Amino acid sequence: MPSATALPPSARLTTALAAARTAGWLSRRLTGGGGRAIAGRTLMRLDPSAPRALAQGRRITLVTGTNGKTTTTAMLAAALGRQSRLVTNRDGANTPTGLVTTLAERGPETVVLEVDEGWLPWAVEVLKPVCVVLLNLSRDQLHRHPEVHRLANAWRQALTDVPLVVANADDPAIVWAADTAQQRIWVAAGQTWTQDSMVCPSCGDLLKRPGESWSSCACGFRRPTPAWSASDGSLRHHGQRVLLAPGVPGDVNLGNAALAVAAATAAGVEPTEAARAVGSVRDVAGRYAEFVRGRQTVRLFLAKNPAGWDAALRALAPSSASLVLAFNADGVDGRDPSWLYDVGFDRLAGRTVAVCGRRGTDMLVRLRLDGINPVGQFDTIDGALRALPSGPVDVVGNYTAFQEARRVLGHVA
Amino acid sequence: MSRDTIDVVLVHPELLGLYGDRGNALALRHRARARDLDVRLVEVVAGEPVPVSADLYLVGGGEDASMVLSHRLLVEDGGLQRALENGAACLAVCAGLQMLSQEFTGPDGAVRRGLGILDVRCPRLTGARAVGEVVVRATGPVPGPILGFENHQGAAVLGPGARPLGHVETGVGNGHEQQEGAIQGRVVATYLHGPVLVRNPGLADHLLEMVTGRELEEFVDPPVDRLRRERLRAAGPRRLLGRL
Repeated sequence: MPSATALPPSARLTTALAAARTAGWLSRRLTGGGGRAIAGRTLMRLDPSAPRALAQGRRITLVTGTNGKTTTTAMLAAALGRQSRLVTNRDGANTPTGLVTTLAERGPETVVLEVDEGWLPWAVEVLKPVCVVLLNLSRDQLHRHPEVHRLANAWRQALTDVPLVVANADDPAIVWAADTAQQRIWVAAGQTWTQDSMVCPSCGDLLKRPGESWSSCACGFRRPTPAWSASDGSLRHHGQRVLLAPGVPGDVNLGNAALAVAAATAAGVEPTEAARAVGSVRDVAGRYAEFVRGRQTVRLFLAKNPAGWDAALRALAPSSASLVLAFNADGVDGRDPSWLYDVGFDRLAGRTVAVCGRRGTDMLVRLRLDGINPVGQFDTIDGALRALPSGPVDVVGNYTAFQEARRVLGHVA
Repeated sequence: MSRDTIDVVLVHPELLGLYGDRGNALALRHRARARDLDVRLVEVVAGEPVPVSADLYLVGGGEDASMVLSHRLLVEDGGLQRALENGAACLAVCAGLQMLSQEFTGPDGAVRRGLGILDVRCPRLTGARAVGEVVVRATGPVPGPILGFENHQGAAVLGPGARPLGHVETGVGNGHEQQEGAIQGRVVATYLHGPVLVRNPGLADHLLEMVTGRELEEFVDPPVDRLRRERLRAAGPRRLLGRL
């Protein structure tokens, strides 16, 4: 049998795809897992040019940002799905192996992919997207990306050849990155976490931030006029008003929904139709999912970094539900939880809180410094839930803690 | 002099708060309250003058661009330098350490003049960025082991006027002679964020004792002790576990 390297390009891809399918099938049979990761790795190993080949001739939209990638991708896929069949990485696998696995589902021309922030330049270069949606940029996994500005600069360089960027006008780092694209559609998608965008990315001066506006005196870099803005349950676009009622909670999701509607409209979906589709998205890969567990109704939130925790705590603030805060520092969580001190937990005053996770002690110590005294620290999510009263319970976890909670709750539901 | 209220200034928290630096202020307040002392916290944002009359100044860490801007504003204002020359106490972390030094090398390779408070020079680390847990065997007045997390590209070379906080057992620290941090007079500087005063109540108490001028009674905080044991078990040499 000839080696894979001796085959012509198309034959090589066909062979690699067949091997990847086999590897995925074997993995599912042997481990009971999804098999997608191993399929992606096999494909990339046997044919490193597979992503480029599988992307060719397709209309690809990429979605990236620090927070809201999976939710916004689901919203955009729902909206574009009204118009055509599509493939999307619903599982959230957003690095090259995950992206290539999704692209290996051949057929639909329309593709919506969430992409890891660090891999965006690679994805733009290789997949040649027709549109990139940029959500927000803030500190996350600082051991991996110690400088938010460096990431914004890498995006800025990568986006020069992109035909269209739909971007959050309220985030200065996003505007800086998006500004080089051939066409930009600005959306007022909001920014409550401003701590990583106080310095002008253009000239290094202090940004002036009165109200929702922002500008740099020294160089004239300023918030662009948005074509889309969301407020009071509706979207405004060139004098038109579109009702928008996201099915997922929190102000940040109103912003994510606005970006999804704007991107879908740019792709030819009628705005009202897009908004209705976006509003139908509820449970996004476990985020905001509800589980009934004995006499408790449990709602799940994912929060991975200070901006994410800040948004989650705001979204669940009106509730009096008791709370489980689940906290790890494994793998993608990042190894350094010092950013817990960037988040104000004082808005949890008066709530019944239990703490769990492998870095639960870090969370416990943090809460006490804001005057919150948890009812206890537990090894597992089960233990924490057992310590809380019946009725509604909100569970907030960072990435691996959230996935563990999802598995545990999924089994008892 | 003994007193009941301690004035603490958090310098440019929106620029120098990259690694949970606010936690240092919270830890001080927590440990002060346990001794019936009050901490009055003033946050001085960029562009505002730094008051010269506070007892303790917290200067945190930031991205390169934030640090360059903060440094420029502090030089123009002069308040922090005057306060420290008048004998106020200070905790400077990471970018804070570099700014208080004689000179520091920026990401562009240009050497900038620091505020000149510490007898320290801060070139860049020659190797990879220092990222990870740090365990320091204390050799100075601050009780150890000193624990934290570092994430920096800066080094620190101490002159005869400054002493290190201790000897690095795990991690990089100053990147020079296995030293970590610097103490000079009433200024304590370190590359450990974490935030360092939460994980090291002994360091928080050292600062509180400096500004109150009296020895504080012992305050045992079991969750913090547990956190210290966990981190030392995860990162430190076993022989230091017995010292907790």
